[in-house]
Amino acid sequence: MSLKGRHLIDPSNFTLAEIDQILTIAQDMQKEPPKYAEVCKGKILATCFYEPSTRTRLSFESAMLKMGGNVLGFSEASSSSVSKGESVADTVRVMDAYSDIIVMRHNREGAPKLASNFSSVPIINGGDGGHQHPTQTLTDLLTIKNLKGEIKNLKVALCGDLKYGRTVHSLIKTLARYENMSFYLISPQQLKIPNYIKEYVKSNYNVKIVETENLDDVISEIDILYMTRIQRERFFNEEDYVKLKDSYILTKNKIQSAKEDMLIMHPLPRVNEIYCDVDDDKRAVYFYQAKCGVYVRMSLMANLLGVLDDVNCK
Amino acid sequence: MLTVNSIKNGIVIDHIKSGNGLKIFEKLNLTKVDYPVVLLMNVESDKLEKKDIIKIQDKIDVDLAMLGLIDPNITVNIIKNGQRIEKRKVGVPQKVKGLFKCSNPRCISNHDLYVEPSFNLIDEEKVKYQCEYCDDFTEYRI
Ligand SMILES: [Zn+2]
Repeated sequence: MSLKGRHLIDPSNFTLAEIDQILTIAQDMQKEPPKYAEVCKGKILATCFYEPSTRTRLSFESAMLKMGGNVLGFSEASSSSVSKGESVADTVRVMDAYSDIIVMRHNREGAPKLASNFSSVPIINGGDGGHQHPTQTLTDLLTIKNLKGEIKNLKVALCGDLKYGRTVHSLIKTLARYENMSFYLISPQQLKIPNYIKEYVKSNYNVKIVETENLDDVISEIDILYMTRIQRERFFNEEDYVKLKDSYILTKNKIQSAKEDMLIMHPLPRVNEIYCDVDDDKRAVYFYQAKCGVYVRMSLMANLLGVLDDVNCK
Repeated sequence: MLTVNSIKNGIVIDHIKSGNGLKIFEKLNLTKVDYPVVLLMNVESDKLEKKDIIKIQDKIDVDLAMLGLIDPNITVNIIKNGQRIEKRKVGVPQKVKGLFKCSNPRCISNHDLYVEPSFNLIDEEKVKYQCEYCDDFTEYRI
C-alpha cells in the first residue's frame, strides 16, 4: 500500500497495517542502511520549528541526510518571518514551494493540522503544544517491536505529566489499537490525562485502564514503564511546579521489584525523573529509543515521498 | 392579546424557549439592522406554555446553525407574499464553523487570524463539540 502524499498529523491518520509497513521498512533500514543511502537524492525536507527542539529536528535532519536528501528550515519562530506575525497558512504555502516534505513543530495545538489544509506536500506533525507527537509514537513502537518481538498483550504504565504530555497522548491512542493492552496511568491529580483522550480510548477500544498516583503499587506488574518529564513551561505558576516535579523519580532501588524484561522508556530529554544509576540497567532503553527514532523517521519520510518503489525492502 | 401584524416577506423564528428570544436577537445582531424586526416575549403557547417569537421582514438568510446552538427546538418559517412556504426545525448542528471559540487556550484557532474555529458535535444533549484542530472539547453556552 502506498502512503505517498499523505500527512501525519495524528497517529490515527494511519491504519495499523500502514503503521506496520513503516515499522517493517524501518527495521530493514536499521539492518541494511546502504540500501537506502540514495533513495531521497534530490529531495528536500523543510524543518519548520516554531519552538526549539534540537533532538527532534536533528533526528529528522539525520534521517533525511542518511537517505541522500537535503534539509532547510528554521529552528525558532523569533529568527524567521513568523515573528512578524505571519499566519501558519502563509508560511506553509511558501515552504511548500521550497521543499518536498515538511516537518512542523509548534507550541500551539492544531498548528500542523492547519498547515496540512494549505500544503500540497506531506506535512509531518513534529509535536504541537501538549497535543500530539506522532513520530515519537512511531519511535516508541519500533523500540517495542524490536525488543519485545511484537506489540500485543502488554501492560503499559505511563507515568508523569499525562495532561500536557503529547508523547503520552499519541502513544496511548495508538497502543490501544493493538490486541489485549492494559494501561496504568500514573500521575498527580493535577496532571491527569485529558478527558477527550480517555473517552476516545475507552469508547473505541477494549482496553483496561487503571488510574493511580502511586508508581510503587504497580511497578512489579508492568511490561513497559514509560516515564515523562514534568515540564516547567507547562505550568501556570512556579509553586505548583516545585511541588510536583519530584513526585516520580525513578531510581535503581525503585525498579528492584520490576520484571526482569520490563522496558524503561522515555522520550527524552529527561531532567531528573530517571536517576542516572538506572542508565546501566539492561531494562533502560531510552538511548536505544533515540536511535530507533532516526530509522523510523527515515522510513516515514521515504513512505510519504513514495521513493521506495525501486527498493526491495522485504 | 397583543397583536402584531404578520409579515409579507421574511422569516418568523418560532417556538423559542421563553427567555432565549433576547439572546437570539442579540446573537443575530438584530439590534443593529435597518429593516423591520419584532421580538415578542412570553407569548402564550400550546407546546411550551410561554414562548418567544422573532419576526424579521425582508430577509431570509439567517444563520440556522447558530439558532440550533442556542435552542434546537426552534422552528423557522419562511414567508413569501404573505404565505408560509417553508417550515424547518433547526436541531443541534453536527458541524460548526466560526460561531464560537475553542475553549483550549493553547489551540491554534485562538491565535491565528486566518483560521476559523471548526468543530464536530460529540454530545447533542450537552451541546458538546470537539475541535478539529486540537481535539479538545468545548461545550457551547450562550
Ligand atoms: Zn481547539
